[in-house]
Amino acid sequence: MSDPVAQLIFLIIKAIVMPVLIILIVAFAIFFERKFAGFFAGRVGPTYLGPWGSLQSFGDIFKLISKEDLIPAKSDKPVFKLAPYIAFVPVFLVMAVIPFGPVGGEANLFGYRFDYVIASFDAGLVLFLAMGAMAVYGVVLGGWSSNSNYSLLGGLRAGAQMISYELAMGFSAAGVMLMAGSMSLIDIVDGQAGNFWDWYWIPQIVGGLVFFVASIAELNRTPFDLAEAEQELVAGHLTEYSGMRWGMFYFAEYVNLVVVSMIVSTLYLGGWRAPLEVLDFIPGPIWLFLKICFLIFVYMWVRWTIIRYRYNQLMSIGWKVLLPLSIANLLVTAVVISAVN
Amino acid sequence: MVNPTIDLLIQFGIMFAIGAAMAVAFIAISHLLSPKSVNPSKGEPYECGVVPMADARAPFNVHYYLVAVLFVLFDLEAVFIYPWAVSLRSLGTPALVEMFIFIAILLVGYVYAWKKGVFEWE
Repeated sequence: MSDPVAQLIFLIIKAIVMPVLIILIVAFAIFFERKFAGFFAGRVGPTYLGPWGSLQSFGDIFKLISKEDLIPAKSDKPVFKLAPYIAFVPVFLVMAVIPFGPVGGEANLFGYRFDYVIASFDAGLVLFLAMGAMAVYGVVLGGWSSNSNYSLLGGLRAGAQMISYELAMGFSAAGVMLMAGSMSLIDIVDGQAGNFWDWYWIPQIVGGLVFFVASIAELNRTPFDLAEAEQELVAGHLTEYSGMRWGMFYFAEYVNLVVVSMIVSTLYLGGWRAPLEVLDFIPGPIWLFLKICFLIFVYMWVRWTIIRYRYNQLMSIGWKVLLPLSIANLLVTAVVISAVN
Repeated sequence: MVNPTIDLLIQFGIMFAIGAAMAVAFIAISHLLSPKSVNPSKGEPYECGVVPMADARAPFNVHYYLVAVLFVLFDLEAVFIYPWAVSLRSLGTPALVEMFIFIAILLVGYVYAWKKGVFEWE
């Protein structure tokens, strides 16, 4: 078997295993989100399906899939049907560029070179930001095409919010590009080789925090979930969606949560690297998994601890605090790097 | 798996196909399993049980446009910054000074927008 054929077989295996694992993480993330919600509110959360209710998400999928699919009579039907796909599919391209182990001839499997990444793409970070911008289309088009006032307002709010925080995210990501001298996520992880104090979270602490806060807004989670503020907008852009179309939006939100956790750990927490070089014998995917679990827990912790901001506060935080902070972080990083160089 | 560009096309193509296939499968299975009953009131937009008064194709606040225009400006700025950030080490100090001038010019526009109240939502 020649090397290209082996690489193609590896590629197909990786391209199937990675989405399946992420979807399993999503299923349990939804379960833990509800368990934590119960815990934080003094309730018990789901308990009936499986041990401690751990199979609740699978039950929910079967319920959603067997629900009637309603399409409002006055809606823009092609756009209404297209919007869930736009929200769901782009995030799969981001999965392809995230390294989960050593890349470039370091690892072998059955005597063939094995890269722990699906696509070794030079501009992986830019691809992530671009696909984050695509997600705005799913939300805005879904809100507009429903022809309902709640959906329209939710979609507009979500669109303005996501593009505002996208900026802060892009500028703080540029700080990491400066540190690594590359846009490739593989090179960014390589630049963080060593122990946990060599990772970028110490030199980029401001940028990292801005990126994290902006990613909460990008994921439409509390305290920035203005798009689907139940008390005022029913369910925002999702009001008219039902059954599996609604399920796809919901599912995409959690797949995004996992993928953004992967990106945050890749940019600031050393990606698949072990916190101490002594622990390098434990494989990279396990470390990446532990970091994802930690970040998902922090996202849930924030969600159930901090209350929702008002819309004008939200836009002020994005434009007047996070954007200047991220630009300042970028300039300071550039000056320090030039001085050291 | 020989030419890097074709490799990338194959790799991204496979991931896109898996995502799209999953999405289509969800909708198709749901279409097979779900009940279908026709009732004109189901097609009405949801407004908490009240018959909808106004159409949703109404004008909305111009603020959303202003934010979108500013986003385009600043995102273009970011796109200029990325290649500069990657190659700052080889470009040296002149590139650093140039970027400070570039960002200073854009900050003038940012301060103008701030003073004009684009970031104030009431």
